[in-house]
Amino acid sequence: MRVVILTAAAALSATVALAAGAELRRSETFDVIPDRTERSVALFEEMAKVITHPRCMNCHPADNIPRQGDERRLHHPPMVRGDEASFGPAGLHCNSCHGSENVAVVGHDRDIPGHDPWQLAPASMAWIGLSVPEICVQLKDPARNGNRSLADIHTHLATDGLVGWGWHPGKGREPAPGTQEILGELTQAWIETGAACPK
Amino acid sequence: MISFSVNNVDVQVDAPGDTPLLWILRDWLNLTGTKFGCGVAQCGACTVHVDGQARRSCVTPVASVAGSAVTTIEGLAATVGDGRELHPLQAAWIEAQAPQCGYCQSGQLMQAAALLGDNPDPSDDDIRNGMAANLCRCMAYIRIKKAIKLAVRAQNGGRK
Repeated sequence: MRVVILTAAAALSATVALAAGAELRRSETFDVIPDRTERSVALFEEMAKVITHPRCMNCHPADNIPRQGDERRLHHPPMVRGDEASFGPAGLHCNSCHGSENVAVVGHDRDIPGHDPWQLAPASMAWIGLSVPEICVQLKDPARNGNRSLADIHTHLATDGLVGWGWHPGKGREPAPGTQEILGELTQAWIETGAACPK
Repeated sequence: MISFSVNNVDVQVDAPGDTPLLWILRDWLNLTGTKFGCGVAQCGACTVHVDGQARRSCVTPVASVAGSAVTTIEGLAATVGDGRELHPLQAAWIEAQAPQCGYCQSGQLMQAAALLGDNPDPSDDDIRNGMAANLCRCMAYIRIKKAIKLAVRAQNGGRK
């Protein structure tokens, strides 16, 4: 019995730790950091909880092959980026399988994810394999971010529907931490504090 | 009531909106050329065209095709003529003797037609990428690829 109780306690502890790790702190949490640059860095590191989550990273591949699932496995069936539009190869667009919304499949433990549009991020925005500081620098670089300003990046992260899907991934997938609203607040605060990147 | 067209014929179905298009085609409209394979968009046997693009009908809710034009293998030939002659891909399939058991072939043909619709002169890599999600347990891939190339040649008037 003692062993069982200890095991249960360990499981509870692990669950609490997992829940804490999945939280996304609001931007005002970081107001206690007096140094503006340090606060900005801390804000980006909080944003990175979302950015590095499988719901985001899976569609930012460096090898033009999307990933799937929380375990970030290679997409099956085999799929490649296609041309610069990143909708898939000729004849086999992403929406051949991914409709405008998640689709439940009888007897299957995961929904077929969906959103209109469904596509990879541009090749210049590849994140897989990059560190958080490298992603930060890339995110701010107009040559690699689709010529987006910081305001455009805020709009993208705070309001884009496909980004928002990350919090509504359907059955069988872990949502991104927090909410898109909190990510938007964090992004705005990061920009207002100078959009500093971690070293 | 959900309205759309199938092979240029207007249809209305009174079905739950989340019913897979595949079952509407097979069980309601008796168009059994489209096959059930895996049911989870992993094999391509159920491929049809929705507004000219390849779509896995097994995971396509029928409500999502309201107002769209659906083409199945039964209507493929009519997409390039009056329907009395085979589609160039179907003719090439016969010339290359592509099928073995044949079960996946309607999906293969519809996928190949979508490929040539996007890219009338595909490279080997284009064919590989565009057809990679259509499985054939008979391993007829070499003949399928040959047939696609034959169709391309026919469309180009015998050149290439």
